[in-house]
Amino acid sequence: MSEVTDHLVTPIAPEGWTCPAPLRDRPRVVMGHGGGGALSAELVQQIFAPAYGGEALAQMGDAAAVTLGGARLAFSTDSYVVRPLFFPGGSIGDLAVNGTVNDLAMRGARAAYLSCGFILEEGVELDVVSRVAEALGAAARTAGVEVATGDTKVVESGHGDGIYLNTAGIGLVPTGVDLRPERVVPGDVVIVSGAVGVHGVAIMSVREGLEFGVEIESDCAALGSLVEAMLAVTPDLHVLRDPTRGGLAAALNEIAQASGTGVVLQERAVPVPAAVANACAILGLDPLYVANEGKLVAFVPREHADAVLAAMRAHPLGREAAVIGEAVDTHPGMVVARTGLGGTRVVDLPIGEQLPRIC
Amino acid sequence: MKYIDEFQNPELARRLLDDIHATVTRPWALMEVCGGQTHSIIRHGIDQLLPEQVELIHGPGCPVCVTPLEVIDKALEIASRPEVIFCSFGDMLRVPGTGRDLFQVRGEGGDVRVVYSPLDALKIARQNPDREVVFFGIGFETTAPPNAMTVHQARSQGIRNFSMLVSHVRVPPAIEAIMASPDCRVQGFLAAGHVCSVMGTREYPELAERFRVPIVVTGFEPLDILEGVRRTVRQLERGEHTVDNAYARAVRPEGNPAARAMLEDVFEVTDRAWRGIGVIPASGWRLSAKYRDHDAEHRFSVDGIRTVEPAECRSGEVLQGLLKPHECEAFGTLCTPRTPLGATMVSSEGACAAYYLYRRLELPTTVAAVAGREVTPVV
Repeated sequence: MSEVTDHLVTPIAPEGWTCPAPLRDRPRVVMGHGGGGALSAELVQQIFAPAYGGEALAQMGDAAAVTLGGARLAFSTDSYVVRPLFFPGGSIGDLAVNGTVNDLAMRGARAAYLSCGFILEEGVELDVVSRVAEALGAAARTAGVEVATGDTKVVESGHGDGIYLNTAGIGLVPTGVDLRPERVVPGDVVIVSGAVGVHGVAIMSVREGLEFGVEIESDCAALGSLVEAMLAVTPDLHVLRDPTRGGLAAALNEIAQASGTGVVLQERAVPVPAAVANACAILGLDPLYVANEGKLVAFVPREHADAVLAAMRAHPLGREAAVIGEAVDTHPGMVVARTGLGGTRVVDLPIGEQLPRIC
Repeated sequence: MKYIDEFQNPELARRLLDDIHATVTRPWALMEVCGGQTHSIIRHGIDQLLPEQVELIHGPGCPVCVTPLEVIDKALEIASRPEVIFCSFGDMLRVPGTGRDLFQVRGEGGDVRVVYSPLDALKIARQNPDREVVFFGIGFETTAPPNAMTVHQARSQGIRNFSMLVSHVRVPPAIEAIMASPDCRVQGFLAAGHVCSVMGTREYPELAERFRVPIVVTGFEPLDILEGVRRTVRQLERGEHTVDNAYARAVRPEGNPAARAMLEDVFEVTDRAWRGIGVIPASGWRLSAKYRDHDAEHRFSVDGIRTVEPAECRSGEVLQGLLKPHECEAFGTLCTPRTPLGATMVSSEGACAAYYLYRRLELPTTVAAVAGREVTPVV
């Protein structure tokens, strides 16, 4: 027997409306601090940079550009904690090479040397370690980079997900190349090198056991040769970004904020594969915020845009390259999407992780 | 997925918009009840394209937003226990209870897992017989049937270490409560299509007649929403107030009888508090006595937790359409998605969050100043 009050409805009294106190500060690390969004940025700005930041760290790019003995170097490091270790289209070994190679490429540098640190969990099978190492070696050969130094640590069982990797890399920045968001000016054309959201959906499908009708393979790839093809058209590209965590939305927001220009995105021009769109529709996610591992977004001076786009489309990793928007002098620091129906919306920096919606 | 692109076709949207512009002769206030519709309206910029006379009021249809603080506190308490694996849909993890959220519980060592279906939680219970697995069962009539089915399966398969913390809510009593309010400005409703796909439309004719409002069952894609608006406005202009189904590809008048039977077996109707609004009679479901063994509130003795919600935000007014999100003095300053004062700013389906995320260009510069930016409206 159910318990309900008399069916005469009491009108809602406005004075009865209440709401909770906010969560202001988090005393502990939460997953969102590693999500590539606002929480990650706050962690760096409020804790790391004041503690040990200098001129180079202040660049806050995918890689730092530093001068050493007269040479201009790009220098980058990244850690890899992906689950599962092997996924459709790649493995943690591929990511560890391509992620760092791509961070250097976003400075215009061809990666020359990598370091590689393995943090192994007690109990992980050596066969698994071997397969990851093989994949890492194959990816390094494909990218044309040498793994010059490394390190191994083992943590107790239960203190890691089998294997964590860290790679750091260096490469030379070619003369005349200066890729940084401060160079973006209104009128620059925004080009993406291909379909977005593929890697994130591929990982989610295996991690969560979700099926979206077709198997989606990660787009994990080393972008050095694509960047070289673009720079061959003009060394005067303004900025490149590798839209990994936080997806295209995070990359564009970072550029808009660092450059002080606005970005207008034509939503229907952004290449989103049907499988990614479907997966995102089911989960209530926005493809603009989903991670990529083999894509770049470029801000190109308008006079070079057509030639750069043609060069990208002639390259195997840029066949689906598309112009998706432009830098503007209105709404500085903000990214605005023109929707397919003709409306507009702000595309904000994600707070932490994107969460699947309930309905 | 077939039938997604077709329902976002700009040319067809333009035709519907033209028809709405041609039909409307005076101001009308329509409420879309469902948070999914609010999200779609703002994400696609639909409200900007409608005639000025058509105002869309965002209703209390975000299940995340309306889950009471007290229930969140119970979830936090249960999830903190070492023997528990606490499973939830993703967007509940960020909703603040008293001083904490589920993300923080996880950061403090609690085993909190995001699942995509209650059946995933049941599987986890099967795989971990020495742990207590609890699923956070919230939502409207859309998420209630699979949750009911899961509890039913747990009982029939004898999976004793599975329980559910239930805070389900029902749409029609909320519509009734909104319409009964003396301040109510709503003249027509877009009813939530997915809710009606389960429950049918039987409960609506009496409401439409009693309050003399058109109620149009509406889907979620841009064309669905425009069609819902078009039919509602057409009725209003003609002085009609009937129940109309503009989402016939998913909704039958009788709904889904099998799902309804499952709901009646597993749940019983109860009064339910709605966060930011208060108690609405007969507006919720809880597990019926037959399934009490799987009720997490009883199993973990948290039914004694009572949380008084401090009156610090005006989300109740927003949830009833009496206040636009950006008309609240805390909007964008004290209250942002990063530091939500209220649940309507927490969930991406909440009206305040949707405004903050997608609409800041049109809002006072104080909003943008938070992010250290000046805002120039886009013309």
